[in-house]
Amino acid sequence: MTAMQEFKRHPLAKYLRVERFPHIWCAGCGDGIILNCFVKALDDLGIDMNKFAVVSGIGCIGRAAGYIACDSFHTTHGRPIALATGVKLANPKLTVAVISGDGDLFAIGGNHFIHAARRNVDMTVICSNNFNYGMTGGQSGPTTPLGSYTTTTPYGDIEHPFNLVHLAAAAGAVYVARWTVLHVKRLTESIKKALQKKGFKFIEVISPCPEVYGRRNKLGKAVDTMMKYKQISEIRHGYDPAKAEITVEKIVVGEFVDIEKPTYGELLKKQFMAVQQKLKGG
Amino acid sequence: MSMQREVLTGKHLMQGDVACAEGAIAAGCRFFAGYPITPATEIAERMARRMIEVGGMFVQMEDELASMAAIIGASWAGAKAMTATSGPGFSLMQENIGLAVMTETPCVVVNVMRGAPSTGQPTEGAQQDVMQSRWGSHGDYGVIALAPASVQEMFDLTIRCFNLAEVYRVPTFLLADGFTGHLWERVVIPSPEEIETVQRKKPTVPPDRYIPFKPDDDLVPPMACFGEGYRVHVTGLTHDEYGYPKTTDPQIQHKLVNRLCNKINENADKIIMTHEFMLEDAEVVVIAYGIPSRSSLNAVRKARKTGIKAGLLRLVTVWPFPEKQVEELSNRVKAIVVPEMNCGQVVREVERVAKETPVHFLSKIGGELHSPSEIFRVIRRAAKA
Amino acid sequence: MSISRSAAQVVKRKKLAEVEWKVIEDFCKGCNFCIEFCPVNALEESEKLNAKGVHPPKLKSEDACIGCGLCETICPDFAIHLDKKESEEEQ
Repeated sequence: MTAMQEFKRHPLAKYLRVERFPHIWCAGCGDGIILNCFVKALDDLGIDMNKFAVVSGIGCIGRAAGYIACDSFHTTHGRPIALATGVKLANPKLTVAVISGDGDLFAIGGNHFIHAARRNVDMTVICSNNFNYGMTGGQSGPTTPLGSYTTTTPYGDIEHPFNLVHLAAAAGAVYVARWTVLHVKRLTESIKKALQKKGFKFIEVISPCPEVYGRRNKLGKAVDTMMKYKQISEIRHGYDPAKAEITVEKIVVGEFVDIEKPTYGELLKKQFMAVQQKLKGG
Repeated sequence: MSMQREVLTGKHLMQGDVACAEGAIAAGCRFFAGYPITPATEIAERMARRMIEVGGMFVQMEDELASMAAIIGASWAGAKAMTATSGPGFSLMQENIGLAVMTETPCVVVNVMRGAPSTGQPTEGAQQDVMQSRWGSHGDYGVIALAPASVQEMFDLTIRCFNLAEVYRVPTFLLADGFTGHLWERVVIPSPEEIETVQRKKPTVPPDRYIPFKPDDDLVPPMACFGEGYRVHVTGLTHDEYGYPKTTDPQIQHKLVNRLCNKINENADKIIMTHEFMLEDAEVVVIAYGIPSRSSLNAVRKARKTGIKAGLLRLVTVWPFPEKQVEELSNRVKAIVVPEMNCGQVVREVERVAKETPVHFLSKIGGELHSPSEIFRVIRRAAKA
Repeated sequence: MSISRSAAQVVKRKKLAEVEWKVIEDFCKGCNFCIEFCPVNALEESEKLNAKGVHPPKLKSEDACIGCGLCETICPDFAIHLDKKESEEEQ
């Protein structure tokens, strides 16, 4: 049996565009794990793949949209959330997920992130945070740790990074979680929970970038980075996201926010009913 | 489901921007995403009120980049979608206009042009973004742009924009100017039965046989939308007919990009719309579009009264540019006059096509309209030369 | 500094599911996540080289796998999958 024939027998094959495998990601890249957990979640939930749309941005993780067997849009850099807003509002029956990277979502796309969270548009946003712009060779981004080496910070990064879970919570997201790609079971459960919840949900996933960020910062092999995640990550559900900054000594993971709030779609529907009522009467 | 009339059949005194919004609704637009900007804000405000009445969606996005992205998403979710802006917002939209072109997304972008460059003159009309609408996004591609010259046309041509966008799966521009946008004039809105609306071509094969970006003979592929079971992948990367990224194959880029250009070029005859006034025996022709065409008509009539055989070719479609028509005219007239509210944009196309025929350009920027007299004086000068 | 569990002893634990452990050898890129994080140290690098020039994993022994599914999900390349074994009644 050829590798492709074997792959078609993988239990998750029906959620993937198998003819496009093997994927482009490097050995040890966490993006493959994120994809794996994501489609596992779809499988566990029995999601109707004909009513499911994935929107991604530019970056290594952005390629994920092209590997999942559903309607998908690979947008311009930074714009998946805005495009996904259009998709969801125009067809509320679709379940919409955005899968993108730290730079795409929080540098060029930062404005769209905070506003979609503020509006509480119903979508699940998964951010692969590998602390740099990997696809273009390893430039610094909004989550690059202070002092790190990247191609655009050859003397060490002098910018403080974002605390993404804090940002998401502050902007109004109703579900905020952080995991590393080591926490495969918990990440899968988190994705399932998010997909079933209404509103703007955000999951940050810490991911190794062994060929680019890892190499430049002498972090060893991907498996060493994963061992590091094991050593320094602490699961603290309900932790104050404002205090959950990532440091070399500690990564706090878990579910930080899980609240209920009317979604943009729900409020719009309510308003529509009220307007129609008034028009009938008046 | 909605109670309020979708088409406001009847006679109205209406503002240009409002007529544009009503035209969109009459065309079937049910998604509007935009950002406030003078002199297009009234379109958004009208949509904010009317979309909910007709069961559509209005959202004020955080900026114009988001607005353009949102209408692309909405179009792929099956809606007829529109945004409206002016110069500064139009510049912000260019990257995603390129995305709409590359992904063959039907959508309408209204640019109510104002004094430019940069922040310029927010409250003064202009025609300074015409070349930008053709070449504004990076890369080679074709687009369609219409120029209304009255409030009635703000209504009518918006419908035409939607229809062309649906047929050719391309972002279609309504290039209005700030004067027409804020002008109040009589608009006659017909009954819904009298309004022709067009829907995008749908696949005629089941999902397992559908090739998302394989064109029909008209160079336009049928469009399956999200949620219809076709599971399409759409990307701004150079892609094959299945929609999958194939960025290092020269043949694929060659085939795709040339088709995006030819989709418009080879269908130009079906897209182009012009109005001719007194061209049969004309010796001096004014070629104009938008509001200067009204002063031009007056000037042409004045010229005729003085014995000059003047005529007017009004471009309703600015892009694709009516090359054949202009070339044919240039072969038989003595001179061409082009009044524009910019420093020379469409006139360059005229010069390119007219070749040896003298072209007299009359620029007017700053917020004043060309007066019929000044156009007449140029016609007269051209006739004597 | 990686601590390879390849060499470690298999931990005896109750099986969570009756599964057949499978690897698509040519998909493996040799990241070693499966070997390092298997909770019962059931995996090690095989001797053979695959098409990518790396050693794909293999089970240390037939009954080593407890069917937890961690390796299946943690493999970034979808190279591992666990097939449910037919029960004796089904056979």
